Amino acid sequence: MRSELKNFLHEQYYFRLRLGFTAFVVLFFFGILAFRFSYLQIKQYKHYQTLAENNRISLVPIVPNRGLILDKNGVVLAHNFFVYTLEITPSKVENLEQTIAEVSKLVEVSSLDRKRFNKLREESRNFESVPIRTHLNEVEAASFAVNHYRFPGVEIKSRLYRHYPLGKLGSHMVGYIGRINDRDLLNLEKEGVLSNYKGSDHVGKSGVEQFYEAQLHGTTGFQQVEIDADGRAVRVLSSTAPVPGSNLVLSIDSKIQEIAETAFGERRGALVAINPKTGEVLSYVSQPTFDPNLFVDGIDVDNWKLLNESLDKPLINRPIRGIYPPGSTFKPFVAMAGLEAGKRAPPFAIHDAGYFTLANSSHRYRDWKPGGHGMVDMQRAITISCDTFFYGLALELGIDKLTDFVRHFNFGRKTGIDIQGENAGLLPTPEWKSRRFKQPWYQGETVIVGIGQGYTLVTPLQLAQATATLANNGVAMKPHLVTKIQKAISNESQMIPLVVQDRIPLKPENIEIVKRGMIDVTLPGGTAASVGANAGYSIAAKTGTAQVVGIKQNAKYNASALDERHRDHALFVAYAPAEDPTIALAVIVENGGHGGSAAGPIARKVMDYYLLGKLPTPENTTSDKKEPPTLTENTGTTTPILAPEEELHD
Amino acid sequence: MISKLLQRFIKHIDPFLMACLFFTLMVGLFVLYSASGQSASRVYGQGLNIVVAFSFLWVAANIAPNQLERVALPLYILGVFLLICVELFGTISHGAQRWLNLGVTTIQPSEIMRIAMPMMLAWYFSQREGKPKVADFAIGALLLGIPVALIMKQPDLGTSLLIAASGFYILFLAGLNWKFLLGGIVLFAASTPILWTLLHDYQRRRIEILLDPTQDPLGSGYHTIQAIIAIGSGGVAGKGWLNGTQTQLDFLPERTTDFIFAVFSEEFGFLGNLLLLTLFSLIILRGLVIASQAQSTFSRLLAGSITLTFFTYAFVNMGMVSGILPVVGVPLPLISYGGTSMVTICLSFGILMSIQTHKKLVAT
Repeated sequence: MRSELKNFLHEQYYFRLRLGFTAFVVLFFFGILAFRFSYLQIKQYKHYQTLAENNRISLVPIVPNRGLILDKNGVVLAHNFFVYTLEITPSKVENLEQTIAEVSKLVEVSSLDRKRFNKLREESRNFESVPIRTHLNEVEAASFAVNHYRFPGVEIKSRLYRHYPLGKLGSHMVGYIGRINDRDLLNLEKEGVLSNYKGSDHVGKSGVEQFYEAQLHGTTGFQQVEIDADGRAVRVLSSTAPVPGSNLVLSIDSKIQEIAETAFGERRGALVAINPKTGEVLSYVSQPTFDPNLFVDGIDVDNWKLLNESLDKPLINRPIRGIYPPGSTFKPFVAMAGLEAGKRAPPFAIHDAGYFTLANSSHRYRDWKPGGHGMVDMQRAITISCDTFFYGLALELGIDKLTDFVRHFNFGRKTGIDIQGENAGLLPTPEWKSRRFKQPWYQGETVIVGIGQGYTLVTPLQLAQATATLANNGVAMKPHLVTKIQKAISNESQMIPLVVQDRIPLKPENIEIVKRGMIDVTLPGGTAASVGANAGYSIAAKTGTAQVVGIKQNAKYNASALDERHRDHALFVAYAPAEDPTIALAVIVENGGHGGSAAGPIARKVMDYYLLGKLPTPENTTSDKKEPPTLTENTGTTTPILAPEEELHD
Repeated sequence: MISKLLQRFIKHIDPFLMACLFFTLMVGLFVLYSASGQSASRVYGQGLNIVVAFSFLWVAANIAPNQLERVALPLYILGVFLLICVELFGTISHGAQRWLNLGVTTIQPSEIMRIAMPMMLAWYFSQREGKPKVADFAIGALLLGIPVALIMKQPDLGTSLLIAASGFYILFLAGLNWKFLLGGIVLFAASTPILWTLLHDYQRRRIEILLDPTQDPLGSGYHTIQAIIAIGSGGVAGKGWLNGTQTQLDFLPERTTDFIFAVFSEEFGFLGNLLLLTLFSLIILRGLVIASQAQSTFSRLLAGSITLTFFTYAFVNMGMVSGILPVVGVPLPLISYGGTSMVTICLSFGILMSIQTHKKLVAT
C-alpha cells in the first residue's frame, strides 16, 4: 500500500513535470503568433493598408469562348457574338434609383429592362455587376463613355452573348444557357469546377447546352493586372490565355427538324426519329417550342408568364418528360413477348366476337370494332390492331412475364440519352401497385396492359427507342444527339462511341411475324393504309390511340362532342425501309384523335425527306386536323379504361 | 426544489471552462455574421450546431471516466473498422473518399477517431501501471500509425496530422524517453536532404508550393495572400465590425470556415487577436490544470491530450491563415462554421469536465 502510493506520487510528479513543459511550449508558440501579428498589423500596417485600399494587384478572369453547336451538315444552331452592355455594381453606387434615372437620360432604359434588372439583382450578390441594358449600339456606347466619370459603379462592358440563329427550331434539344443562380453555383461547387467559372455569368440550363456544359464551357484564363484606385487596369503583369470550349456536332439535320416541326402545325405533341443501327437521333421535336434567345439575358416577367402559364405547356420537353399511355403502339412488343414465350405461334388463331371476358365475370373488355374481326392470327392481329387477341395474350403471359420482357425494349427505364431530366415512364407491376396505392393487383389490369392502356406510361423517346430496337432485330443502340466533339485549338475531333445497350435474343421467325404484321399496317386493309400509299419504299408501322379521359362502360365515344383537350392522343410508330431500316420514329399528337390520320402523315413527311430527299408539297404541310377519320384508319378508340370500383367485380 | 434540480443539472459542468467556451463561441457568432455577408440564417444554423454540441458536452460530462475507459478499446476497433470500410466502399466527394453512406445518413469515421485515438492510447498506457517499457511505446506508435495512415490515404492530410498529434501527446505525457524524442527529430532532419533527391520534380514543386504559397499566386497562394492583406490592414484596433473591406468585398476565400480568423483579425485588429489568444490560453491552461489534478493514469493522459490537441488546432489554423504554416484544411476551433467539428470539440471538453468533476474526494 505504501509503495503503491509512493509509486503513484512518483508518476504524478513526472507527469506534472512534462505537463509544465507543454504549458511552456504552448505559451511559446502563442508568443510566436503574437509576434507574427504584431509584425503584420503594426510594423507592416501601412503596406497592407495600401494593398487593401487600392487592391493594387487584381486577378481578372478571361472568359473562354463557348463552343458552337452545329447540326450534322454544319448548320449553326448556337454561336456567340460580342455586344456592349451597360452594367451597374449595386455595392459601388450610393443612390441606385437616382443613378438609373440619370443614366437613362443618356441611354434608353425601357420598363422591361428595369424589370429584368430588378429580377437579376435579387438573384445576384451585391458586389456583382448586373446589366441594366444590353445590346447597346455604337452611338449609345460612345455617348455613355464620354460621361462615364459621372457614374462610379456604372460601366460599359463588352460581353460574349449566346445566340440561337434558328430561334424556336429544336429549342428543347439544343436547350439554352442562362445566368448562373445559387443552385447552379452549388452544383458547380459540388463538381469541383467553381474556380473555372470566375468571370462566367452563364451556364447551360437545359438540353445539349446543359448536358455538355463541361465540354462547351472551356477553361478560364487569368490576367494579373495592376489597377489604380478607381479600379481601372493600368498594366498587365502576367497573363494565362483561356482555352475555348469544344464545338458539338449533332446527328440532327436541321432541315428534317424544320419539316417535322412544320408538319405539326399548331398542334401539340412530340416526334423522335432514331437511326436504329447507330442510335443517332435524327429529329427531336417537342411542340410547341419557344425561343431560347429569350432566356440568355434572363427572361423578363411578361414573357416568362406567357410561356409558363400557357395551357399548351411549351416549356415541357415532351420527348423525354411527356408521359403518355402507349395505346396500341404497345402491341408489337406484347406480340414479341408472347411469341418468345412460345405462345400464339402460327397457325394459332382465335375467333374474335368483339369482346373478351374473364372467367366468372360478366364484364366485357370490348374490341374497338363492334362485332369483332372474325378469325385472327398473330400477324393479322397486329395489322388490324385486334384488341381481343391481345387481351387474352396478356392474361395468359401474366403481368410479371410481360413487363420483364418489354423492359428490354427500354420501357419503364431511362434510355440514357444525352439530355438531362429524362422520365423513366412506368411499367406497372403488382409490387409497384401495392407500394403506390396499397392495393392488390387485379387480373383485369393485366388484360388492359395488353393493349397499352391502364397504368402503362411511356415517353415519346422510349417509344422511338423501342421501335428502333425492334427494327434492328433486338439490338438496342444507346440513343444520342451528339456525334462529335471538336476541340477548339487543335481542331482534334473526338467521335462519340456507339454503345450497344442491350442485345435481346429474339428468334428470327418471331421477328418475321411481328415485322410482317407491321408492314401490312401501311398496306391496303391495315390501320394506316393511307400513310403507306405511293411511298416508293416500304414502311412498317403501328398506330395507336391513348385515352385522355376514361369512357364509361356502355357510353359511346363521340370525338366532335368532346372538348378538344379531352380528345384522345394520336400515336404512330414506324420504321423504314422495312427490309433494311435506317430510320425509326415515334410521333405523338396530343388530342389528335386517331393515330393513323393525325400522327401518320407527319411521320411520312419526315421519312420522305430522309429517305428520298423529297420536300413536302404545300397542301401536305397544312394541318390535317379536320380530316374526318375513315373506317380503315380506325385504331380502336373505344377501349374502356375501368373505373376502380368496377374492377372490384373481377 | 428547482434550485436542487438545477444543481444536479450543472453538477458536472466546470464553471470556469464553461465561461471561457461560452464567451469564445459568442465572439465566433459575431464574426460569422460579418463573414457570411450578414446572413442571419448562417448564424442561426451555427447556433443550432452549438446547441447540439452542448448537449453532447453535457452527456459526456456526466459519464464517469472509468466508464469511458471501458469503451476505449471497442470504440477504437469500431473506428478502425469503419475507416477500412471507407477505404473499400466509401463515398467520394471533392476528390476525397471520407464518407460512409449508411443509407439513412453519411458519416465521416475520421471524426470518431479524433476522440477514439487518444482514448485508446490513454487506456493502453493506463494498463501499464505507470511504468511503460520501450516496447509499449512501439506498440503505442503502431496503434497510432494504422488509423493515421488510413486517413492520410483518403486523402485528408489535415485530420491525419491532428490525430497523429493527439496520439503523440499521449506518448510524450506517458513518459516517452527524451533520447527517443531528440533522436527522432535529428534523424528526420538528417534524412530530409536524401529524401528530397529521391522525389520527382512535380512532387518537389508541390511541396515547395505548400511551404511557400506565394509561388502559386493564382491557385492556393491566392488564399494566403488575400488573408495576409486582410490581417495586416486590420492594424492595431481593426476596421470595426462589419467594416472589413477584404471580407465584405469578397476578396477573402472560405471566410466562414478555414479562413474566418482573417475576418476576425481584419475587423478587430491586433488587440482583438490578443484577446482571442488570451481566451484560447485560458482554456488550454485550465485543461492542463485539470490534467494535473486528475486521479488516474487514464484520465490524466486523456485530459492532457485533449487540451494539447485543442491547442494544435488553434495554432495550426492561425499559423496557416497568417502565412507562417502551410495551408492544410484545419478549422479554427469554436469559431469556424461547421457542425461536425463543433460537436467533436465540445464532446472532448465534456470529457475534460467529467474528469474534473468525477474526482473522489481524497487528499493526494
